[in-house]
Amino acid sequence: MLTRLLSGDTPRSGLLTLLLVAVLISLAFAPFLFPGTKSLETAARICIFIVLVASYDLLLGYSGIVSFAHTMFFGIGAYGTALALSTSGPSYWSLTWGTLAGAFVAAVFALAIGLFSLRVKAIFFAMVTLAVASAFAVFVSQMSWLTGGEDGLNYKIPRELTPAFKLVNDKVFGVRINGKLLAYYLVFFASLTLFLVMLRIVNSPFGRTLKAVRDNAFRAEAIGYKVVWYRTTATVLSAVMAALAGSLLAIWLRYTGPATTLSMEIMIDILLMVVIGGMGTLYGAVLGATLFILAQTYLQNLMGVAAEATSAVPLVSTLVAPERWLLWLGVLFILSVYFFPSGIVGRLRAGRA
Amino acid sequence: MSDILLSLAGVHTLIGPYHILQGVDLVVPEGGVTVLLGRNGAGKTTTLRTIMGLWSASQGEIRFDDHLITTLDTPDISRRGIAYVPEDMGIFTDLTVAENMALAASSGPIDGKRLSWIKELFPPIGTFWEASAGTLSGGQKQMLSVARAIIEPRRLILIDEPTKGLAPAIINAMTEALRELKQTDTTILLVEQNFAMASAIGDTVAVMDDGRIIHSAPMSELVEDEGLQERLMGLSLEAHQ
Amino acid sequence: MNETAIKPRIEKVPLREQVLQKLPVLLVPILALLGLAAIGNPASWLTLTVAGLAMGMMIFIMASGLTVVFGLMDVINFGHGAFVTVGAFVGFTVLAWLAGWTASPSVMLNLAAVLIAILAAMGVTGLLGYAFERVIVMPVYGEHLKQILVTMGGLIVAQQMIHVVWGPDELHISRPEAFQGSVVFGEAAIEKYRLVAVAIGLALFLAMRHVLKNTKVGLLVRAGVENGEMVEALGYRIRRLFLIVFMTGSALAGLGGVMWGLYQETITAHMGSEIMVLVFIVVIIGGLGSVEGCFIGALLVGLLANYTAFLAPKVALISTIALMVVILMWRPQGLYPVVKAK
Repeated sequence: MLTRLLSGDTPRSGLLTLLLVAVLISLAFAPFLFPGTKSLETAARICIFIVLVASYDLLLGYSGIVSFAHTMFFGIGAYGTALALSTSGPSYWSLTWGTLAGAFVAAVFALAIGLFSLRVKAIFFAMVTLAVASAFAVFVSQMSWLTGGEDGLNYKIPRELTPAFKLVNDKVFGVRINGKLLAYYLVFFASLTLFLVMLRIVNSPFGRTLKAVRDNAFRAEAIGYKVVWYRTTATVLSAVMAALAGSLLAIWLRYTGPATTLSMEIMIDILLMVVIGGMGTLYGAVLGATLFILAQTYLQNLMGVAAEATSAVPLVSTLVAPERWLLWLGVLFILSVYFFPSGIVGRLRAGRA
Repeated sequence: MSDILLSLAGVHTLIGPYHILQGVDLVVPEGGVTVLLGRNGAGKTTTLRTIMGLWSASQGEIRFDDHLITTLDTPDISRRGIAYVPEDMGIFTDLTVAENMALAASSGPIDGKRLSWIKELFPPIGTFWEASAGTLSGGQKQMLSVARAIIEPRRLILIDEPTKGLAPAIINAMTEALRELKQTDTTILLVEQNFAMASAIGDTVAVMDDGRIIHSAPMSELVEDEGLQERLMGLSLEAHQ
Repeated sequence: MNETAIKPRIEKVPLREQVLQKLPVLLVPILALLGLAAIGNPASWLTLTVAGLAMGMMIFIMASGLTVVFGLMDVINFGHGAFVTVGAFVGFTVLAWLAGWTASPSVMLNLAAVLIAILAAMGVTGLLGYAFERVIVMPVYGEHLKQILVTMGGLIVAQQMIHVVWGPDELHISRPEAFQGSVVFGEAAIEKYRLVAVAIGLALFLAMRHVLKNTKVGLLVRAGVENGEMVEALGYRIRRLFLIVFMTGSALAGLGGVMWGLYQETITAHMGSEIMVLVFIVVIIGGLGSVEGCFIGALLVGLLANYTAFLAPKVALISTIALMVVILMWRPQGLYPVVKAK
């Protein structure tokens, strides 16, 4: 049963299983295990980014395609939901059609870019997506009459998903059972479902062909697989997943703006999460996203302490300043590409053998 | 004609997952022309590329002039006096004939006397001196490729199928040129499928099959011994009989 | 030797093909004329055209190194933008030290200050290029995926180091006296600095062409772009050649950074990555590996960006993307596809 749910793709490492179960349980019971607004925010972010990073791994790890347009698709999803909610009111209907419209637009964009530039080299696709995504981000922030520009959009979501809605009047295990909790579980279960769907995709015949194409496009073409078709389909699937993750973010935050969805910083975060977690395995996305977001939220405090402790030493204190955490992640990123291209998951699985 | 200039001993070369050379033993005597025969895919081009360091041998030794060159980089191998005329001729089509020749003279400016000798060997080199090499015909490109290899005195020239796809008249011209080159101090290792040309200028011959040398002998022996010819032909020259 | 066997075979290229070959060069004046038709007012058009050419020249300077490096070694450096930023910061720092010179009315002192700033910037970015090539790029030759990731990582680290060295804030500086103000042509006012940028860009392009066409290093680069293996078989160390080209490209990016910084008079740690978007568009339009294509692509992008910024400011960047799409539909490998033996 469980193996079927995981599409036969089990973690294949004791420690990895342990970590994954720990992440699953922590996220499933986050509101009760870690009460407080900040930790709930963090947990929801982790759920959404697991989907986002896994969908990116569909491209990078499983298809060997580097795209810099993933935040664009993420943003399209988020803006789709946000625009629907802000223009036609906080109903489930507008939430649904906004989400679907976002996913659809993302698919069309991905199809166009894929057909257009996947025929040539991987490098070409990377450059084209970088240019298109940057232009899109600028475009969105300039269409302020529609998108709210740099300020983004604030909107209402269906009342049942807001803190104002009380399901039970008393606290359960010291936790308020309100709409925010429902919203969290919406995010959690949607993310879990999307993740399992992606696990199914990569373990289907389609996913295996995708890997064959990645390892030797020339040979795959010779055997008769249409390489461009496989790559484009992967791009579209990954874009749709990213858009759905974007919609979840839009629902959770009740706010959508360029900084939370479209920025190059988020694109770089995604890259770091995929590579550090492990390319070519969706479990890598789980660990990568979880560790990264925990580090982003809590490591910076630690670095603040370190910076204060070393404040007497000028250069060192600047280097360990909390704002400089990306510097160290960058170094870690380069080192992992060189030495652990299969990331944490690859290490854990190799350690078992 | 007895000193050994180049020798390969038990050379293995892997290209990706494919094991192309499977223990090549080859001796190229100093002076004269050694012809490497063999059917397509036997490993002739790989042998030349391995000597040149363009692909590296995973096992075995390559000695040139009594020095081990197995692990040297291509430029160092070249600078020891080995020139290479690849199968695709390796012409820089974006450059003129003159520029192609200038680059080939890697140790200094072109020697005028040598250049006029080359222009006699290959008249088109002079005729199209300022033309873009990309506009040359196939035969002219082949001449340019060989001319580049001999613009400076070399100990050894590796030539990969210089007659492939050329018209008979140009093949004759090429044969003449190589014959004249033999008169200088240059040793030639020639990959050739055209037996007429191979027998016309070859001194020794080595036959390859499945990544190994399966026979080597003086050319005269092969030319005289029809039985041997037939046996090896069946293996190596099926494409050209 | 049978003389008749060797017939000359330099065919006359048909007229139609000749025109088609020249067409990319003609695109620049065509676009300029279209711009004139759309804008209407000749004075504004002239101002915008000079601005566009200046912008194009600066992008060309930054992009040229990137495209040659790709042609030669099949390496695309996603961290190239870091050199632009570092160049700008180094240049600004030097100009700040020489504030006395830049504020002086003496043109000579102004020029000297800018020259020193440029040399310092190019020196630092050239050395940085050396380090980048050795540490970041060298271990991942031939692996595009890793190249993209690792050079992106290099960009992150470089950007963060800029924060460490120069602090988190943007820097402002005024252009030296001699480069301030405008020249008036009829009704059109043209900023002096833009003319200077056009002059420097043009001079650099011509110098680069000269080096590529008439020097041995240039010949080797062109030969290496087409067939690196053969260059090695002729006895040249292509890796050393590549390192030289990489360092030169980095230094040029640094020069572009200083020029862009003086143009905007404000620089941030992110300026490099922002400009890289335009640089990539230019390199793709021109054809990966082609210097001529890069030059024409840069001018096209510069002109178009300025025209649209005037006509419909919101779609300026989108319009360059549209240009890229149109060109790629016409020539999928860019304006000047680079011939690769293989």
